[in-house]
Amino acid sequence: MLIRSSNSSFDHAVTSEITPREVFESRRSLLQNMALGAAGLSLAGWAARDARAQMKGPGVLPALAAVPSSVPGAQTMDKPTAYKDATSYNNFYEFGTDKSDPARYAHTLKTTPWTVEVEGLVKKPGRYGLEDLMKWGAMEERIYRLRCVEGWSMVIPWIGYPLAELIKRVEPQGNAKFVEFITLADEKTMPGVRGGSLDWPYVEGLRMDEAMHPLTLLAFGMYGEVLPKQNGAPLRLVVPWKYGFKSAKSLVKIRFVDKKPTSSWTKAAQQEYGFYSNVNPLVDHPRWSQATERRIGEDGLLAKKRKTLMFNGYEPQVGQLYAGMDLKKNY
Amino acid sequence: MRDWLRTRTAWWTLLALGLLPLAWLLWRTAADQLGANPAEALIRATGDWTLRGLCLTLVVTPLRVVLGWPELLRFRRLLGLLTFGYACQHLLCYTGFDMGFDWADIAHDIPKRPFVLVGSLAFVLLSALAATSWNGAIRRLGARRWQALHRSVYAVAVLAILHFWWMRAGKHNFGEVWVYGLILAALLGWRIWRRWQQQ
Repeated sequence: MLIRSSNSSFDHAVTSEITPREVFESRRSLLQNMALGAAGLSLAGWAARDARAQMKGPGVLPALAAVPSSVPGAQTMDKPTAYKDATSYNNFYEFGTDKSDPARYAHTLKTTPWTVEVEGLVKKPGRYGLEDLMKWGAMEERIYRLRCVEGWSMVIPWIGYPLAELIKRVEPQGNAKFVEFITLADEKTMPGVRGGSLDWPYVEGLRMDEAMHPLTLLAFGMYGEVLPKQNGAPLRLVVPWKYGFKSAKSLVKIRFVDKKPTSSWTKAAQQEYGFYSNVNPLVDHPRWSQATERRIGEDGLLAKKRKTLMFNGYEPQVGQLYAGMDLKKNY
Repeated sequence: MRDWLRTRTAWWTLLALGLLPLAWLLWRTAADQLGANPAEALIRATGDWTLRGLCLTLVVTPLRVVLGWPELLRFRRLLGLLTFGYACQHLLCYTGFDMGFDWADIAHDIPKRPFVLVGSLAFVLLSALAATSWNGAIRRLGARRWQALHRSVYAVAVLAILHFWWMRAGKHNFGEVWVYGLILAALLGWRIWRRWQQQ
C-alpha cells in the first residue's frame, strides 16, 4: 500500500524551475518567436537542400559512407565549397607548384596497394594496409573550414575518423611527445619531386595533444566519396585550426618521437613557417597580412575579403591547447 | 615583309594582336573561366602580360639593329604603351580585386609585401614614360633629355624582375622568374655589349 504524506501532493519547485517573471510576462512574444523559429528551421532545411547538393561529389570516384559527426565544431554552417573548385585549386607540390598542377598531374599517383608504416616510440609498430586502417574508426562526415597560409579559404565536407583512434590503437609509449607525418615522395609518379622545390619527402608534425584532439581528422574521403588524388588520396591529415600545409597529404609513415619534428616548410624558411602554424589573424606572415581571407567561390571579384578568425574559428575547441603560450613567438 | 611593315595595316594589326590578351581575359571573366580564384588569376595574368610586353618592347631595338630593319622602330612606342596598359590593369586588379580599394589596407600591405612597393615603383617610372611618349614631348624635352628619361625602361625591367622574384620567393618557385630574367638580362646585356663595342 502506498502511504502518502500530506506533503506529497505538492512537489516543491526547484529554484531553477521557476519561470522568471520577465519570461512569464513575455510568453506571448516567446511563443511567436518559437513559431517563427520553427518556420525558420523548415525554411533553413529548404535552403540547405542547396548546401546538401554541394556536399556530393560528381559520382566518378567510389562512394564512402559516413555519418554526420557530432563532435563540437565538426559541422560548420558555412556553405561548402563547390567540388570543382576544391579539386582544381590545390597546393600539392609533389605534382607542381601551380595550383592547377595537382588536378592535371596527380592521375599518375598509384593509391593501391597502400600501406602506412607506424614507427618510433610506439608499442605496436608495423606496416598497416589501407583496408585495415579504414576499419580502425567509424567514418564520420565533418564540415571544416580550410584556411591556406596564402590567404584563401574553402569549406570541405571531409570523411574520416579522429586521428586519436589510430593513436590509441598503436599505443604510443610514455615518452612520445610528438607525432611526425611523412608523405609519399615518388619520383616516378610525382613530377614535382623531381623538381625539388622542397626537401622531399614532405614532413609535418603535431604535438601529441594536438594529434589527440577530437577535431584532428584522419581523412579518407570528401564530398561523400573517396579522396581525389589531387586532394591527398588515399589518406591524409586534416587539422582545421592550422594553415592548410599542416594537413599533410598521401601519408605513408606516422612516427612517434620525443623531440619536436622539423616540418618541411619550417626547414625551407624557418622565419616564415613555424611549427605550430595556427591560423591567427593577429600574427602576420612576415611577407603578408593574415587578417583577411578570400573564400573560394563565394567572395566574388568585387567582394571584400572576409576577416580571418582566431584558430580559424575553432578557438572554443582548441584554444586551451595553447593557454599561456606566446602565439607571436610560437607561430 | 619589310614593305608590309611600313603600312598602316601592320600598325593596326599589331595593336589588334596586343589587345587579344585583354579580350581573352575579359571573355574568360565573363564566362567564369578563370578557375577557383578569379581575382588571383586576373592579377597574375595581367602581370604576366606586362612582363611579356616589356620583353617585346625591349626586343625591338636589338632586332632593328641586328636585322638592319629601321622600320621596326615604328612599333616600339605602340608596344611600350600596350605594356603600360597591361601594367595599369595589373595595378587596378591588385587595388580593386585584391584589396577592395581599401587604401588603409593597401598602406598596411605595402611595407608587409615589399614586392608590392617594388612593383609600384616600376609603375611610377612606366607612367612617366607613357606620359612622355608622344611626339610633342620629345620636342619639348629635347631629344637628348627625352632619351635619357626613356632609358629608365631598363630600371623598370630590373624592378619588374625583382618584383616577380620576390613574389615567387614565398614558394621557392623561380622557374618562370628565370625565364623572364634571362630574356631581360640578354636584352640589357646586348645593349651594354653594343655600347662597349662602339667605344
